[in-house]
Amino acid sequence: MFSPGGSPRTNCQLLYEHIQELTSNDLRKRKTAAERSMIRLGITFNVYGEEQGTERIIPFDILPRIIQGEQWSWMSKGLKQRIIALNMFIDDIYNEQKILKDGIIPEHVVKSASSFRPQCVGMKPPNGIWCHITGTDLVRDSDGEFYVLEDNLRCPSGVSYVLQNRQLMKQTFPGLFEAQFVRPVDDYCSQLLDALNSLAPDHIEKPVVAVLSPGIYNSAYFEHSFLAQQMGVDLVEGRDLVVRDRRVYARTTKGLMAVDVIYRRIDDDFIDPHVFRKDSMLGVPGIIDAYRAGNVALANAPGTGIADDKVIYAYVPDMIKYYLSEDAILPNVPTYVCWDDAQRDHVIKNIADMVVKPANESGGYGMLIGPRSSKEEHQKFVELIKANPRNYIAQPTLALSRAPVIIDDHLEGRHVDLRPFIIYGRDIYVLPGGLTRVALRKGSLVVNSSQGGGSKDTWVV
Amino acid sequence: MLSRVADSIYWTSRYIERAEAVARFIAVNLNISMDLSTAGNQQWMPLVTTTGDDEKFSEIYGEASKRNVIEFLTFDRNNPNSILSCLINARENARSIRERISAEMWEHINRFYLMVKDVGDAEGILDDLPDFYEAVRNSGQQFSGVTDATMTHGEGWHFCQLGRFLERADKMSRILDVKYYILLPSPQHVGSAFDDLQWGALLRSASAYEMYRQRFGRIVPQNVVDFIMLDKEFPRAVLHCLTRANESLHAITGSDIEGFTNLPEQRLGQLRAEFAFTSATDIIARGLHEFIDDFQKRLNLVGESIGTTFFSLQAA
Repeated sequence: MFSPGGSPRTNCQLLYEHIQELTSNDLRKRKTAAERSMIRLGITFNVYGEEQGTERIIPFDILPRIIQGEQWSWMSKGLKQRIIALNMFIDDIYNEQKILKDGIIPEHVVKSASSFRPQCVGMKPPNGIWCHITGTDLVRDSDGEFYVLEDNLRCPSGVSYVLQNRQLMKQTFPGLFEAQFVRPVDDYCSQLLDALNSLAPDHIEKPVVAVLSPGIYNSAYFEHSFLAQQMGVDLVEGRDLVVRDRRVYARTTKGLMAVDVIYRRIDDDFIDPHVFRKDSMLGVPGIIDAYRAGNVALANAPGTGIADDKVIYAYVPDMIKYYLSEDAILPNVPTYVCWDDAQRDHVIKNIADMVVKPANESGGYGMLIGPRSSKEEHQKFVELIKANPRNYIAQPTLALSRAPVIIDDHLEGRHVDLRPFIIYGRDIYVLPGGLTRVALRKGSLVVNSSQGGGSKDTWVV
Repeated sequence: MLSRVADSIYWTSRYIERAEAVARFIAVNLNISMDLSTAGNQQWMPLVTTTGDDEKFSEIYGEASKRNVIEFLTFDRNNPNSILSCLINARENARSIRERISAEMWEHINRFYLMVKDVGDAEGILDDLPDFYEAVRNSGQQFSGVTDATMTHGEGWHFCQLGRFLERADKMSRILDVKYYILLPSPQHVGSAFDDLQWGALLRSASAYEMYRQRFGRIVPQNVVDFIMLDKEFPRAVLHCLTRANESLHAITGSDIEGFTNLPEQRLGQLRAEFAFTSATDIIARGLHEFIDDFQKRLNLVGESIGTTFFSLQAA
């Protein structure tokens, strides 16, 4: 919001003036009103490891984060480029594997990824697109540049909060929306429905679309339900579906109803006990068989997680070059892969300055933040890395940008990141803005909601 | 409609109706006990007996004091039929079908739940009881209003109606039963001012007092039974509830209202027909309590067959 000199950035002037006019008591009141309204509306997520059914709201900061239009166009271009290359990569990996044969990415790195699904080799999803919905995490360094922190290509969460936060903001600051041109986010669900419809076989005129959720105890259940509701489609659980003759059906009060397109929010591992984890009770036995037969479309396709692996992430700029003959518009955060001897040595030597991440965890679990950790923790991670070098990457600690947040009755800076959402159907749609996550603890770099992070509305103006 | 969704809609609506009915039960007793308290013969155990949870109650509380009974029926999570438990269940069901009900319905249930939970968490509840139970009754009625006004009157809405009217039929009959337990009509009381007061309290907690007066004028026990059980037009009367439930059942299957195509239609149709062709005199001759007991058993069978016909995931 503020430029390094301390004055408000050009596009933030109006907001800045508006806030200046509010007393700290006003600010607090509006914040409380917004949070109370979230409880009333049941905009919550479930907390694991606590009493079953414990729900919390994601703390919501009512000061929006503002991104300028020109900068957004550039980011949006970069995200499109990235998602095209990533899809070409996934398709290549499960089919010809040219990129491996040409030695751009070492074969062992791909094959050893825990998210690599040999069961998907030879699959050809409709229109050759594997990943239809992506949430890419971006961070901004002190140099003002945006960097890609990671790609979430499996079941990225958070878009429902973007849409709900915007609704709450309209109630909180109605005057500002009239006076300022903020790009709307409301058509996300229409875009999503269009993309899902486009996956159905051509001969089906009015496809039956459903969102597949693990159920009400899943941490992202609110989002699953919200998206189904906004699109006007059924929200189903595994137990609602059955496969007969390689066709997926839902159990209804009037018998079986064929389902054509499924936006699944269950991980590969749990989606079909015939193909993946045998002990899964959440999924639908036989659904992959129906998918292979082309009788049901799955978004995202099984197998997309291969490009979620944080070691593979390190190669995305190379993929962009390889498949598109272009330079990456959005840079990666510089990344060291620990399977490589020289890079690993560098990481171990400099571990006190590094952020170390396991290749396949999400939600901020299992990380080391070097500068914030003790010698013992450094040593523990050195051992972990040595024991399983393939599973770790390391990045230099960025001076993450901060945004002002209301703490009690005044403003304080807190670290933020940004998760824009990208839908790849017939065209590519990038939701203007995305979810800004805030590390609410002073000095903390961890923004995940499971770790006590909050959120902000993001305005592209 | 997905079987699981139909199941949850039906139960959401049943649980809300049940929470409202429990509040009505307690209100009858609070009313009656205010007049009985001077005589020192308040009776709270019959209230637990009519809900059918007496075993569980004795296990947890032992003595049937006013405070214990109110706690058990209102806030005790160990009692699956307490008001709070009903709202937890209603909310959990509604949460699992948010995409199929209107936002207003969900929001109303969520608020209703938070209201009861907050009161339960607060101290000193016994001082404000009448207000609280009135708030529960109002919220229950508002839910019907919100549902009727915001949900498409299609299959889901009919499952909602089915759940609501079956539950209401059951609970209205139990409210009548409370009277039977609390004050077995003794010859010297019948027609006395005291008796008038008691039946009046019962009619009030059924929201039936004014409508009864318009229909019959003087309060006469047999006429109260007639009104609560057999009135065709009063929306809380058992016969009216059975008629409405039957209509929704046939709207769901699309079958002719005169016949039946499945077990629940057969059972409910028979039950409704018997109510339509009986009289208060017959009921009292058979014994009010025995009649109600038999009715509730048969209503349970209707509920069971609805479960196996429409909700069972094994079906089809």
